[in-house]
Amino acid sequence: MARVTVETVDHVAQLAHLSLTPEERETFARQLDEILAYAESIQALETHDVEPMSHAFTFEVMREDAPAPELPREQVLAAAPDAEGGLFRVPKVIGG
Amino acid sequence: MSGLTTFSATEIARRVAARDVSAEEVARAHLARIAEADGGIDAFLHVAAERAVAKAREVDAAIAAGGTAPPLAGVPVAVKDVLDIQDLPTTCGSRILDGYRPPFTATAVARLEAAGAVVLGKTNMDEFAMGSSTENSAFKPTRNPWARDRVPGGSSGGSAAAVAAGMAAAALGTDTGGSIRQPAAMCGVVGLKPTYGRVSRYGLVAFASSLDQIGPIARSVEDVARMAEALCGWDPRDATSARMDVPAFVSGLRADARGLRIGVPWKFLAAGVDEAIMTAFRAAIDAFRAAGAVVVEVDLPHVSHAIATYYIVATAEASSNLARYDGVRYGLRAGQGADLRRMYGETRDRGFGPEVKRRIILGTFVLSSGYYDAYYLRAQKVRTLIRRDFEQALTESDVIATPTTPSPAFRLGEKTADPLQMYLADIFTVPANLAGIPGLSLPCGLAEELPAGLQLLGRPFDEATLLRAGHAYQSVTNHHLARPPQGGSR
Repeated sequence: MARVTVETVDHVAQLAHLSLTPEERETFARQLDEILAYAESIQALETHDVEPMSHAFTFEVMREDAPAPELPREQVLAAAPDAEGGLFRVPKVIGG
Repeated sequence: MSGLTTFSATEIARRVAARDVSAEEVARAHLARIAEADGGIDAFLHVAAERAVAKAREVDAAIAAGGTAPPLAGVPVAVKDVLDIQDLPTTCGSRILDGYRPPFTATAVARLEAAGAVVLGKTNMDEFAMGSSTENSAFKPTRNPWARDRVPGGSSGGSAAAVAAGMAAAALGTDTGGSIRQPAAMCGVVGLKPTYGRVSRYGLVAFASSLDQIGPIARSVEDVARMAEALCGWDPRDATSARMDVPAFVSGLRADARGLRIGVPWKFLAAGVDEAIMTAFRAAIDAFRAAGAVVVEVDLPHVSHAIATYYIVATAEASSNLARYDGVRYGLRAGQGADLRRMYGETRDRGFGPEVKRRIILGTFVLSSGYYDAYYLRAQKVRTLIRRDFEQALTESDVIATPTTPSPAFRLGEKTADPLQMYLADIFTVPANLAGIPGLSLPCGLAEELPAGLQLLGRPFDEATLLRAGHAYQSVTNHHLARPPQGGSR
């Protein structure tokens, strides 16, 4: 069974774009280890021929490809922490 | 609680329609009740008094103009702060949505307002609906109206407490693993989690998309049925909403339970349930028998794995859904001036509380390379086994009955240090979300002077049978009429 270490938490936090404090790293490693140890019970079940279930029901999701009015751009951008010229502004991404 | 704030939603709608009382008077009475009582309960995050009075006047004006009164005319409702209402704040109980005012209104709210309901405000919740006690709100805990040292349950704890304390006649909650039914049980009110796909989720902030469902909370099954009738139905804006007919829930209610087969999974209830809760539950089963129902035993061999399965599936989906909070499009941004990665990290570190971080970490872990098959894929397969258990059990019975929670409302702070103990409190509610089936919780008496909840589970899209069974129970019992002691018992 997987043991969760502080290194595991660091790796996963990086994947999830989360900065954690040293205390959080320790606490989460211990708690996640406990939670996964509890979740170990499902490993004993025979699931070889069982289909995985991603949704309770399958609905008809196709619709007419018809254009319809959407939210005005200005209204959407008004909620942004930083916007300019009809665009979201973010810190510089490309070096140089 | 006195006067207008003691009336049921059904009674309010009837009187407003008859112009016996105005929607504005009803709204003002409830706003006054909030001003008087919410200081000790903290059910609301935002009270929209002016908007409520304006909407109530619109309802009154339409009725005065001779129009047919809508089915929820003047019914004052509280809305969990995970549902968007245009120009009011949506926080989800989180700092990360600081300052956010959505430019649209959730379909569920729009449908209630179209049916004449009057929104009073937004209610407190565990951050992003992650929790079972409302203690994970970034702003404040909510207290149980029955006892101020107890939690109201969660995550829709603000909505359930508001209804229990007479601050709203009805409320909207959301239920991903029990978040409508569990707080309804702990606050002594009625809550319905409809079938997955029954209610549009347009305008609902997503937690776990294959599990989340919106539903009503009120003080009687009849009121919940009235709310559900307005809420359910297909919405072109939500591709996961079902194109299924919605029966007339209210006119389908019956006072007796003749012919109804109630299935009880006695083996599942054999261990870990408080004796006082089991006593109330057994009495409820006896009441069903007396009302003409047939009680049979059913077996749910895989539900003991439901908590493990749920906390893998739900956290995996949450880690993906919550990736959108990155400080770019709405809400909080921290680390301005840093590079993009640092801005993401600091925004999410500052914006999310501990339970949300814990679940993002767990969910990212179970989806990560090397662990996906052992955890996420396997949990999805066990989910199939759990669904099959219910399909089988619901051929042998029309409704499955369990307690809603294994114990009554616990003390504030009692479970916060041990997340696994908090998760295990959801044992009876999470299976319905995994299977996608509807669930109803209703009061079935007191356990140690605190409300005990009876849960009824039904076949997909058969809320009508659940509501009929619940109404039959309330026709022969008085537990739903019990109100919290003035000021909370302790």
